Amino acid sequence: MDLKRYELNVQLAQMLKGGVIMDVTNVEQAKIAEEAGAVAVMALERVPADIRKDGGVARMSDPAMIAEIKKAVTIPVMAKARIGHFVEAQLLEALRIDYIDESEVLTPADEECHIDKTKFSIPFVCGARNLGEALRRIAEGAAMIRTKGEAGTGNVVEAVRHMRTMNREIRQLAQMPVEEVTGFAKTNGLPYELALKVRELGRLPVVNFAAGGIATPADAALMMQLGCDGVFVGSGIFKSADPARRARAIVKATAYFNDPQKVLEASLGLGEAMPGLEIGQIPPEQILAKRGW
Amino acid sequence: MSVHFIGPQPEIVGVLDLQGGVHEHLEHLERLELPYRRVKEAKDFENLAGLILPGGESTCLARLLHIFGLVEAIGRHAGRGMKLWGTCAGAILLATQVAGEKNCLGLIDMQIERNGFGSQLDSFHSEALIEAVSPAPIPLTFIRAPKIRSVGKDVKVLLRIDDYIAAAENDRVVVTVFHPELTGCLALHRYFALKCGLHPRSEDVSEDWDTASWMKLARIAS
Repeated sequence: MDLKRYELNVQLAQMLKGGVIMDVTNVEQAKIAEEAGAVAVMALERVPADIRKDGGVARMSDPAMIAEIKKAVTIPVMAKARIGHFVEAQLLEALRIDYIDESEVLTPADEECHIDKTKFSIPFVCGARNLGEALRRIAEGAAMIRTKGEAGTGNVVEAVRHMRTMNREIRQLAQMPVEEVTGFAKTNGLPYELALKVRELGRLPVVNFAAGGIATPADAALMMQLGCDGVFVGSGIFKSADPARRARAIVKATAYFNDPQKVLEASLGLGEAMPGLEIGQIPPEQILAKRGW
Repeated sequence: MSVHFIGPQPEIVGVLDLQGGVHEHLEHLERLELPYRRVKEAKDFENLAGLILPGGESTCLARLLHIFGLVEAIGRHAGRGMKLWGTCAGAILLATQVAGEKNCLGLIDMQIERNGFGSQLDSFHSEALIEAVSPAPIPLTFIRAPKIRSVGKDVKVLLRIDDYIAAAENDRVVVTVFHPELTGCLALHRYFALKCGLHPRSEDVSEDWDTASWMKLARIAS
């Protein structure tokens, strides 16, 4: 990918700032999401909560289903490829969707290598738990980052941990004398040039969204107040009692994240949120955030 | 005897801050040394000389404008002379006709088609001369851009490319389907400020601009 193409891909993510990207599994849900004010949809066969429940190997979704969703909406369409599965990514690029999520929600295809995203024209978003992971993905060509909160749990605690970790590391770096950056980069696994860039910018060099476990308008506003540029909602909408209403409420709360009165209004009368999962109750081998490095 | 209170001349440029490329516009206004304000609710429109509707997703922006009563507020302030400029999604919001769907603000007589080029793989950079705006060619960034198909009699075409119109204006509204806020060129922001009756700095190009320049308005660490 040439630099100009990468620039356009980073800039598309900039246009999504302040917005909500919603997981959808069919045309009907995609239309509900678009109508509610989603800035993009993530087309996938099963939301993370069902992937978690069903077990087995989770792969890229049926391309015919993704194509149908692409036809049904005018907002950007994203879809997931397995970590390291560059052929799934090639297929998604051939489908001409707008963004690929190289995602830990699917079963990894490669335990050593993530996709070399610089070989593609299509943009990628990748998950990260800390600054090192975020910068390694950017070094591989990711044009957008998201937290790697524990998907399908309706529990925001891991997304909060990732965002706080990244913010802490960014603050440390920003205040560090330049001669200390090499050691910090070595210890934390940061590509050095990108570490210098973060130190200069005081933030990640690309747009950073919250993802994983966001289930309520308050969760979305929390992540925004912690400094995220926008929000992904996976199972949180279509596993709740009234998806259309909750989708609209999360859009409102994300736009007005600093206005408690408006977030309160958005939170009234939404019905049941998705059922939640305590992270400690999940068997360690089923923790999705540990996939990828 | 009647007393007319003459208020201060509006001198602030607002940027609609609901979703999308807000920081990028604010950063350009800062470079032109223009006073600016983020606009999120009806009271924020007071004293605005102009309002920029940024790029983002037009369905999301339209929905938020409607539920928070801002469509009415924008109409009212446009009526008292506030100028408007829509980039990309913002242009869709301002159009009287949007292909296949309902319009939002309807403040410039034109027909626009959402996502006129295709997917993100069809986004591109180019360059063009817009005589009314600047004597030098302007860099253009198209990101999943709409296409203006036709304009009404009172609308002036500023830039036509192939089979579509990329920039147009009437006496109160400017629209561009591309994103000047994603380039180092200030010419269109300057042009809009002049239309608002303001006095921006005279430079058209920021040599020290780069694609991360907006980030100083969205920092985690200072």
